[in-house]
Amino acid sequence: MINKIYDSIASALADVKDGSTILVGGFGDAGLPTALIDGLIEQGARDLVIVSNNAGTGDHGLAALLKAGRVRKIICSFPRQPDSTAFDDLYRAGKIELELVPQGNLAERIRAAGAGIGALYTPTGYGTLLAEGKETREINGRHYVLEYPIHGDFALISALRGDRWGNLVYRKTGRNFGPIMAMAAKVAVAQVKEVVELGEIDPETVVTPGIFVQRVVQVA
Amino acid sequence: MKRLDRNQMAARVARDIPEGSYVNLGIGLPTLVANHISRDREIILHTENGLLGMGPAPAPGEEDPDLINAGKQPVTALPGASFFHHADSFAMMRGGHLDFCVLGAYQVSTRGDLANWHTGAPDAIPAVGGAMDLAIGARKVFIMMEHLTKKGESKIVKECTYPLTGVRCVSRVYTDLAVLDVTPEGMRVVEMVEGLDFEQLQELSGVELLPPL
Repeated sequence: MINKIYDSIASALADVKDGSTILVGGFGDAGLPTALIDGLIEQGARDLVIVSNNAGTGDHGLAALLKAGRVRKIICSFPRQPDSTAFDDLYRAGKIELELVPQGNLAERIRAAGAGIGALYTPTGYGTLLAEGKETREINGRHYVLEYPIHGDFALISALRGDRWGNLVYRKTGRNFGPIMAMAAKVAVAQVKEVVELGEIDPETVVTPGIFVQRVVQVA
Repeated sequence: MKRLDRNQMAARVARDIPEGSYVNLGIGLPTLVANHISRDREIILHTENGLLGMGPAPAPGEEDPDLINAGKQPVTALPGASFFHHADSFAMMRGGHLDFCVLGAYQVSTRGDLANWHTGAPDAIPAVGGAMDLAIGARKVFIMMEHLTKKGESKIVKECTYPLTGVRCVSRVYTDLAVLDVTPEGMRVVEMVEGLDFEQLQELSGVELLPPL
């Protein structure tokens, strides 16, 4: 019997190694897998590369992971926010590496990783600082920049509902990076509000098919 | 001259967005445009974090942390709305499906280059978000900005001195003084506020503009 349901966050994250690349879902706090991030802090892996749209705010979620000194590099589109002090302090002190990526390129590079695409030409960023040093090509009169996929060792995502095969549905704008990050990681771990029986999620409404999800943990 | 205030600028932009359009409004000044779209027009607002059919802010107490806009403010979803993931959301921009975006700017060049993400200050923490994708993705890119900086320098320039967001991507600029189109010949004045003439606008802008047709 296939059973991707893990009974604890600790067991779902036990094999995260130092130096791993971790894709973390969420846009601001919507869809942020806070319980999994807390579990990652507890688990203790260091020297991580985090891929996420933002770099954490306040003292919870990604900000807490950063503050705990676990992150070597962050790949994101929008680290600076009114209360992103954990990131700001590390960045100003030269203690964290930042790869700034336009949000659509971030999404497409993650999607490409999940879809087995070797690289992609994107018009976004052409002629800007963020494309400096990158290969470009003119295709049908338009300029494009060559960008490479972003693979994850793990993806930590948040969904509303999941079943033991790993099928997921999300909630409103909390969906954001979840579906593509699940595809792009070797091990996708989803925290869900509710675990349901097989068949309870209408197949017509499954957003992430279980093939992309390896572990599901229910959180309060 | 009768300089437009922020709401008058927003109302002016809203007049140019026709029934049936799919529109993304940038963070800040452009957000005001939503308040000026007349109710007899059906216009679908897109937010980059995965919602088409975005409605106004919820009533106090009705906020949902899973229902936010690109500025991470609580919003509502109108009947007919849809949710989607980030790769689809940016495909809507990059793939040319979005009719309009309205963005703020630090500078726009007469060729239509846009600078709106980074001041270039060495100690500034850079953040780009979806600005570059919107700038090159939407079919028409409208810029809404004050014509002059607080120091009185023109934000319409020959060459942007701030780092670029996109190259030759701007369609039209709405300022508190004028509406200007980026054309193959240069930047053409479409209209000016009452009490301002072309020579004065040219003088204030400090770049060569084309007179209204």
